[in-house]
This record gives sequence, C-alpha cells and structure tokens, in this order.
Amino acid sequence: MSRLTVTKTNKLFIDGSFVRSESGHTFTVAGERFPRASRKDVRDAVRAARGGYVRWSALTPYNRGQVLYRLAEMLDARRDQLEAGCTGPEEVDRCIDRVVWYAGWPDKLTQVLGSSNAVAGPFLNYTTAEPMGVVGILAPTEPPLEGPLSRLAAVLAGGNAAVVLAGEASAPAAMVLAEGLATSDLPAGAANLLTGPTQETAKVLAAHLDIDALDLDTAADLERLAELERLAAGGVTRVVRQGATEQSLACVAGFVEHKTVWHPRGI
Amino acid sequence: MTEVVARTWDYAAAPESRDAVTISPRYELWIDGEWSAPEAGEYFPTVDPSSEQELAVVAAAGAADIDRAVAAARTAFERGWASDHTGRAHYLYRIARILQTRAREFAVLESLDGGKPIRESRDVDIPLAAAHFFYYAGWADKLEYAFPHGTRTPHGVAAQIIPWNFPLLMLAWKIAPALAAGNTVVLKPAETTPLTALLFCDVVREAGLPAGVVNIITGGGDTGAALVRHPGVEKIAFTGSTEVGREIARAVAGRGTHLTLELGGKAANIVFDDAALDQAIEGIVNGIYFNQGHVCCAGSRLLVQESVQERLIAKLTDRMRRLRVGDPLDKNTDVGAINSRAQLNRISTYVRYGIEDGAEIFQPDCPLPAHGYFHPPTMFTGVTQSHRIAREEIFGPVLAVLSFRTAEEAIAMANNTRYGLSAGVWTEKGSRALAVAQALRAGVIWINTFNKFDPSSPFGGYRESGFGREGGRHGLEPYLQLT
Repeated sequence: MSRLTVTKTNKLFIDGSFVRSESGHTFTVAGERFPRASRKDVRDAVRAARGGYVRWSALTPYNRGQVLYRLAEMLDARRDQLEAGCTGPEEVDRCIDRVVWYAGWPDKLTQVLGSSNAVAGPFLNYTTAEPMGVVGILAPTEPPLEGPLSRLAAVLAGGNAAVVLAGEASAPAAMVLAEGLATSDLPAGAANLLTGPTQETAKVLAAHLDIDALDLDTAADLERLAELERLAAGGVTRVVRQGATEQSLACVAGFVEHKTVWHPRGI
Repeated sequence: MTEVVARTWDYAAAPESRDAVTISPRYELWIDGEWSAPEAGEYFPTVDPSSEQELAVVAAAGAADIDRAVAAARTAFERGWASDHTGRAHYLYRIARILQTRAREFAVLESLDGGKPIRESRDVDIPLAAAHFFYYAGWADKLEYAFPHGTRTPHGVAAQIIPWNFPLLMLAWKIAPALAAGNTVVLKPAETTPLTALLFCDVVREAGLPAGVVNIITGGGDTGAALVRHPGVEKIAFTGSTEVGREIARAVAGRGTHLTLELGGKAANIVFDDAALDQAIEGIVNGIYFNQGHVCCAGSRLLVQESVQERLIAKLTDRMRRLRVGDPLDKNTDVGAINSRAQLNRISTYVRYGIEDGAEIFQPDCPLPAHGYFHPPTMFTGVTQSHRIAREEIFGPVLAVLSFRTAEEAIAMANNTRYGLSAGVWTEKGSRALAVAQALRAGVIWINTFNKFDPSSPFGGYRESGFGREGGRHGLEPYLQLT
C-alpha cells in the first residue's frame, strides 16, 4: 500500500506566523486552495508591520544585509518548489540573484544617498538615508515570483517593513516565498504576505493611515492607479510606481527618508 | 532657586526707512517676460498687517491667464533653456548678486507686506534667498556630478505654490533648484504676501533671463487650484498646509505629475536635564517666536525633563517678558505682526482651546499696538498629549509645554504626531544627542540649536509634513527625471 502524502495547508503570513484568513474564504489556483485575504487581514498585517518595522529598523545595517542574504539562501534551498510556482528555473535564478544584489545595499545606502553639508556657519550638518516605515506593496503578478519578490526585497533593503498583496496568480510562489521569509531570521512582522484578489484589499491598504508609502504595480490600469493614489493622499502617503523586473538603487531610494542633523561647532 | 528680577527698559523707536522701496498702486501678472493685465480684469488688495492699510492691488489670475503662463513656460523650455547649462548658471549667479545688491529694498518690502520684523527679513530671509540662488547656480552646469549614473532630464514646466510665512525665501527655495535643473516655472505667491515675488520679476528682468523662463502669477486659492490642475504642468512643488497638500495629491492622482509637498509640522523641542539651559532658552524662544511662530518647522511642543522643568519655565517666562512686540519695521522688534486677520483669529481660537482643555496660560504683560494684527507671545504649561494645542499646528506664537521623565518617553512623545518635519534636542551628552536624533521621526533635527537653514542643507518632512527635500544636492532631485 502506497503512503498518503501529507499535503500543505496554504496560509497567509502575518507577524511571523502562518494564519488562515480571518474570513475563512479561500480561492483556487491550479487545483490548489489558497487563503483569500480580507480587509481585516490587511489591517492586521499593517499593525504587525508597524511592530516589525521597529524590530527590523533597529538592527544594524550589516545585520539586515546578512538576513537578506540568508533569504537568498533559503530560497535557493527551495528551488524546486519555487520553479513549480513560477515560469521556471530562469525566473528563480533571477530572483535569487536579485535578493543577493539587494542584500548588499543596507550598509551602503547612506554613503551613496546621504551627504555631509557645508553650511555657512559653525555647524556640523549631515544627511542620512533612514528607513521610511511601513510600505504597502501592490505586487505585480507577472512574473509570478519576480513580481512580489523584487518589490519586497527593495523595500526591506531600505530598512522598511512591508505588507505585500501578492494577488491570485502569484499565490503558489508567494507561499514558498513566505516560508523562505519565515526561516531567514527576519523579525516577525517585517514582511507580511497576503494572497487573494486585490480589488478591495488594495483600497484598504492604500487608505490606511499607518502606512508610510505605497508601492504600486505599474501594470495596473490607470483608473485603478488613480483611485489608489487618491486614497493614499488622505494620509500624505508616498506613492511609488515601479515595474516588476526593475533592479535599481532607485527602487530602494523611493523608500528612504532623508534626515538632516545640525549640531553647533564651538570651543 | 535664584530669584529672577524682571526689569524692562524702554527703547527709543528705531524704524527702518520705507524710502528704500517704491510700491506701485497696482500690479499685473508677469508672463513671458512682461507685465500683462489679467483677462478677467480682477484685482485684490494686499495689506500691511501692522497697520491694516492697503499697500496695493494685485491681479487675480484666472484660467486664461494660467494658460498663457504655462504656454510661455513651455515655449521657453523648448527654446533650449534645458541645454544651456553654463547660461543657466550665469543667470542664477546674476539673480543672486542682484538680490544682494537690492537686499534692503526686499527686506523692507517683505516686512511691510508680511509683518515680520525687519531684523529677520534683513538678516535671515533676504540673505538666505540670495544664498539659495548662488548655491544652485553652481549646480546648473554640474548636474552630472550630482547624479553621476544614467541620464538626468528636467521635467519641463514646474508649477510652484508658496506660502506667506517666508515669501521671498520660499520663492528662492522653489525657483533656484527648478531653474538649475533646467525646468521653467510658473510660480504663485501667497495671496497675502505677493509683493516681494512681484519685485523679484524686476530682478528677473534686470538679470536678462529669457522671456517665459520665470512666470509669476498672483491670486488666491482658486488660482492655485487651477494651476496644479493644468494639463501642461509636469511638476508641482507646493509649500503650505497639510490640508491643501492632500487636495493637490488627490487632484493629480493617476496623472503621473511629479509632486513634492512641504506641509505642516508640530515639532518637539526636547530639553534634557543636563542641557545648557541659557542656550536652550534662546533656542526655545527662537524655535517658537521667530517669525511670530509662522514657521512650519517651529518648535511648538516643548518637552522638558521633569527635574529641570521648574527652573526652565522660570527662565523662559523671564525671557518672554523681554520680547518686544510691535512695529515690524522697528529694528528692535522681536515679534512682529500676525500675517492676516484670518490667521490672528485662528491663533486666538487655539488659545481658547488651550484654556478650555485645562492648560495654564502665560502671556507677558506687553503692550500691543492699537492697530494691526498682533498677538502676544504665549506659553501653555500643564499640557497633555491629547490637548488640541499639542496635536494641531497653530502657526502662531503659542508654545505648548509638556514634561517627561526618561529619554524613551521623550522620544515616544515627540514621535506621537501625524507630522514629522523637524525636532530639537538639548543635551550636553553627545551619545544621547545622537541616539535621540536617530530615533526621532522627522526630516530635520537640530541638536543644541533650532531654526537654522542653509541652501546646502536638505530640508523636508516625514509623514504628513510632506515629501521631497529642498536644499542641497537632494533638492535638485525632485526637478529631474533620473534613469
């Protein structure tokens, strides 16, 4: 008699835990069930991210870089599962290389983006690149792994916490990604991953007053982008629009705050 | 405790002469390098807030005028403004030098139209405005050094809307980086303080700038709303209230217009028990009473460590008794006129809220002029974090004092706000100063100083204080498309 396989129950990843949607709803991709995140799940995830931001941003940049590098290691160890959830080995390669690329940024951001400023007076004056806070990500769904992963890696590299709406088609890849995040020593809540249709949840995320920035999928239609940007305006939430496959410093720079510090010089 | 003896001296009046400036009875719009009347023929008055006397009438720009201004800016942009890097640098240097030469004229006009003490417009606003042009002039032909990777392209026509608290300085913060980056501009000064922006048109003329590179249109909120909605505008830079900032962000949603906002604030000024108290007192006074408190980064929340609170408040009340409120043109004046009747009413409302919410008010017994809009320096003690005067921006000379025990508590209180523009830290302990500066969620942190500005120093907010930076290399970025 052949052994019955132990199948995985797919769950949302909120505050470092795997949880069902509080709504109890699911949806199906390729015959597999995934949790359908509700508005309440989005709010729970934002609250978790606020705590995650405090823990993540408190680590040294060197430490954050190592955690991101470990994420690449954890993903590499799950290659087979990732390949099954995306377009294939080439996409997985690109994604893992991208995480490694971003893993090098946390301890270099301020050197590249910051400055020491020669003011006309007896003051030390410097500008540093600081984490912005909690970022809501409406992830591109194509390619299925690269979409959510590219955006998330850039946001984490800036020292921010994230709530990622991964959508429907990306759900299989997002599940494996969540397991990679859960085993990479990322503090609980620094990355939260929600699956399911985003028509309603994206609006809740955009309008939420406790997110600092919103990362929008450039592939979304203009009317939808306009609606989400209008909702984000209520909290003066920064809106960044970037493509799924972009790998650049600009992707991180969009999610840092420049802080300038003055101190008098005198004997 | 040492007994504080309050003594006051009478000063002889020392007014700056108004002769330095000639005000026209009527001002038109500056479009395409010349003055032109508004098509609808409407004008509105601008008054001297210290006397409530009308200074001039100013054109109210309507939709047709905005069309003309944006079209002029577009044409000027396409005529090669963006590619003549050396030319732009030289024009900006000329503007800086002319502003320095005509500084007295600008300072007197600024104080007349806006009510700020001549000491401030003479020593802060005008020199800093000139310095901004001088600083960004040097960037105009060095953009590839500011952003060495990829390409850098100006957006095109920048619509810029500025507030009434630092009229010429805000104009400089907007126009200098925009032009240096190769954009052309349509700028709207605030309704109550248009005169120095209109005098600046004469500087533009004197500097020989190509027509249409700088267009100045005057008007109220409707003019600003129409300008930001104009489809020919590629970049919007706004400084003003958070409420209007939100409206602008909503209006441009989905359009892909580049937007930067510099909005309100409710800055914490944190005094630890080891601070040099006499220096801190000067910093606190400068933080909240500079420019009548009409400062978005004003230190309007004073957080004092409990162990020094009594001593600090005694010194502060004593210092406040020595502030001189009155004629903005008098060189001895510390606190000038409130910018408008509407703003004076707003401040008075908040003072009432403070009393209603149970805080204790202190106002020095200082004589106020019989005419004009004046408000005494005001301090509330016994304020809690839920009080409206501790949460909302008053934009006036009103200080809310709260106390704390530990540094952690002070940081939590300071960050407990929707805003995040600036903050102050007073302590003689270096490690504490740096740790607190790092933990504060604000764009500008002043340690053992306050309200210092410099063209090379990036300025801007976190959260609902807006986004984008002005000043420094960072200040160029909002005016360039980088790839």
